[in-house]
Amino acid sequence: MSDNASVRTPSQRIAWTATVVISTLVFIFLIAPILAIMPLSFSSGSYLTYPLPGLSLRWYDDFINSPRWMNALKNSMIIGVASTVMSMVLGTLAALGLAQWKSRLKPLVLAFVLSPVVVPGVITAVGLYFFFAPIGLTGSYLGLILAHTALATPFVVITVGATLQSFDTNLARAAASLGASPIEAFRRVILPLILPGVASGALFAFATSFDEVVIVLFMAGPEQRTLPREMFSGIRENISPTITAAAVILTTVSVILLATLEGLRRRNERLKGSSG
Amino acid sequence: MTATSLTGANASTEVPLKRRLRRAERTRQVKALALVLPLLVFLLFTFAGPIAGMLWRAVDDREVRQALPQTVMALANWEGKDLPDEKAYAAVANDILAARASGTIAIAAKRLNYALNGFRTILTSTARNLKAVPEPGTARETLGKINPAWRERTTWTTIKDAGGPVTGFYLLAALDLTRNVDGAIVAASPDQAIYREIFGRTFLISLSVTVLCLILGFPVAYLLATLPPGRSNLLMIFVLLPFWTSLLVRTCAWIVLLQSKGVVNDSLHWLGIIDEPLRLIYNRFGVCVAMTHVLLPFMILPLYSSMKAISPAYMRAAASLGAPPLTAFLRIYLPQTLPGIGAGSLLVFILALGYYITPALVGGAADQMISYFIALYTTETANWGLASALGAVLLLATILLALVYGKLVQGQQVTGGMKN
Repeated sequence: MSDNASVRTPSQRIAWTATVVISTLVFIFLIAPILAIMPLSFSSGSYLTYPLPGLSLRWYDDFINSPRWMNALKNSMIIGVASTVMSMVLGTLAALGLAQWKSRLKPLVLAFVLSPVVVPGVITAVGLYFFFAPIGLTGSYLGLILAHTALATPFVVITVGATLQSFDTNLARAAASLGASPIEAFRRVILPLILPGVASGALFAFATSFDEVVIVLFMAGPEQRTLPREMFSGIRENISPTITAAAVILTTVSVILLATLEGLRRRNERLKGSSG
Repeated sequence: MTATSLTGANASTEVPLKRRLRRAERTRQVKALALVLPLLVFLLFTFAGPIAGMLWRAVDDREVRQALPQTVMALANWEGKDLPDEKAYAAVANDILAARASGTIAIAAKRLNYALNGFRTILTSTARNLKAVPEPGTARETLGKINPAWRERTTWTTIKDAGGPVTGFYLLAALDLTRNVDGAIVAASPDQAIYREIFGRTFLISLSVTVLCLILGFPVAYLLATLPPGRSNLLMIFVLLPFWTSLLVRTCAWIVLLQSKGVVNDSLHWLGIIDEPLRLIYNRFGVCVAMTHVLLPFMILPLYSSMKAISPAYMRAAASLGAPPLTAFLRIYLPQTLPGIGAGSLLVFILALGYYITPALVGGAADQMISYFIALYTTETANWGLASALGAVLLLATILLALVYGKLVQGQQVTGGMKN
C-alpha cells in the first residue's frame, strides 16, 4: 500500500499504529453520540437508556400528533426556505460583482460581507433584538427570515466565489460578442456554469438557518418557534424520548443535505476531469 | 505619404480608444459595485446597524437626564468637592415630584441603583414622603430629613455621573472598574466585580477546548492526509457528519450519554466499574467534552488541508540525509503544519469564545460563559447597558483574533500552505 510505503523502521510502524488507534478513538468520539441517541427514539419505554424494553414508533407518533412539534417543523421549513432563496439572490449577485470589482477596498468589503459568520451569535441576536423591536420585527417571520439571511449569505458568497475563480470570463465575452444581451448571457452561459456553486451555497444557507437557535431564542414569539428552539426548551425542561425522535428527524435532514453536497462536489470534479 | 497619413490617423484615434477603454472599464467597475450593493445595504440593515446600535447602548445614558432634567442641569457646573447648593436640592425635589407624577421615577431609580446600591430606596422614600415643593430655601433641610442620604456627597456624584448623555459606566463595570466619589477610576466593590472572573473563565474554557481539539485533531488530520484518497474520503464522513448535524442534536446526545442515569453511567455500573453514578455533566467536564465534540471538525479540516499540501518528498529527503524519523517529523513536517495549527486553533478559539447554547444546556452555574450573561442581562434583568458593554468587550476580542486569523490564512495562500 502506498501509505505504508514510507513506513520502514519499527519506530515508524509504532508511530503509525498509534496514529491509527488514536484516530479510531476520535472517530468513535465524533460519531458515537449521534448514533447512540438514534435507537432510543424507537424505544417502547420512556427511559433514555439501554437495553431497550422493546421497539415502537410511539415517539414518532407523538411527534407527528403534537401541534407544538409540527408547528416547529413548519416554521423551520418556512424560515429556512425563505432565507435560503434570499441569500442565494443576494449572495450570487455579490459574488459576481466581487469577482469583477478591482479596488483596494475589496478585502475590507469582503471581510464585512463574511463577518456575520465570525461574530458571536449572542452579539448579533442582542443587536437585532434592540434594533428590530421598535419597528415591530421581533415576533415576526419576516424578522427571523431577514436575520437568518444575513447569517447564511456569507456561505453563498464563498461557494459561488470559489466557482467563479475557475470561471473563464472569455465565455461571457464570447456570449456578448455573439449578440447575447447581458441578461441572456447570464441566464444561458454564466448561470449554468456557476450553478453547482450556487447550489452548494444554498445547502449551506439552509443548514445555517435550519440549525440556528440563538437568534430565534431572542426574536421569535410563541408562533415562530423553530425545531431547534423547541429542542432547546425540551432539553431545558426534561428530555423526553420525543426529543430523540426530533433529533433523528433533524439528523436525517442533515444527512440528506450532506449527501447532496457530496454528490454536487463529485459531479463537479467529474466535469472538471472530463473537460481538462 | 500614405505612411504618414496612416500614423496620423492612428495617432488621432489612439487617444479616444484609450479613453473609451478606460471608460468601458469604469462602467464595468460601477456595474460590479452595483451587484455587491444590494448585499451591502441589506447587511447594513440586518447586521452592521443592529451591532452599531448595541455598541451605542453600551455608552448611552439618558434615563436619569430624562427623569430628573432640572437636577442634571443644576449639577452641570457643580465641582463635586462639597455638597451642592440649595438650587440643586430644590431642583431634585421638583424633579422627583414631576417624575412621580409621570411614572419615570422607576426608570431613574433602576439606573441609579446600578451605580449605587440602595439608591432605589433613596428615591422611592423621598418620592413617598415629599408632600409638596419645599418652601424656597428649605429644600436641603426637607430632603435631608426625609432621607439622610441627601446629605452624602456620593448620592450627588452618582446623579451627576449618571446625568449622561453618554457614560463610561457600563464599559468600566464590564471590566470590574468604577468611578469613586472623586471621579477616579478604581476597582469595583467585590459583590459587583464578577466580570473579570467570567471573562477569565470564558478564556480558560475556550483555551482548554482548543488544546483538546488540537490534541485529538492532529492525528486524525495526519491520518486523513496520509491515506490514499479513496479511504480518506470515506473516513472524512466521520468528520463531516457531526459537522453537519444540528448543534442541538449533538448537545442533546451528550446529555443522554452523560447524565447520572445516562448511557455511560449505566454501562459502567453494569460492568461493575462504579457503584455510584459519576457526575459527568452539568459541570466543567461536560462543557469541555460537548464543546470539543462540536468544534473538533473546525480543527481537523484546516489541519488536513495544510498537511495535504506538504509533499512527501520532504520527509524522504530528510530520511535520505540521515535524519531519524522523530527528528524528521519535528524539524521538517511539524514546522510546515504550523500555519494549519495556527488557523485551526484560532478558528476554534474564536468560535468557542462566543459559545452560549452548549454551556447553557450542559454546564452548571459556575461554567456559564460571557454570552450567557449577555443574554441574561438582555432578556431577564433588562440591564441593557451592561449587556451591551459586555457584548462590546466580547466583540472587540473576536475582531482582534479574526484579524490575526485573516493575516494567517492570507499568508498561507501566498506561500501555498508552506513556511519558507
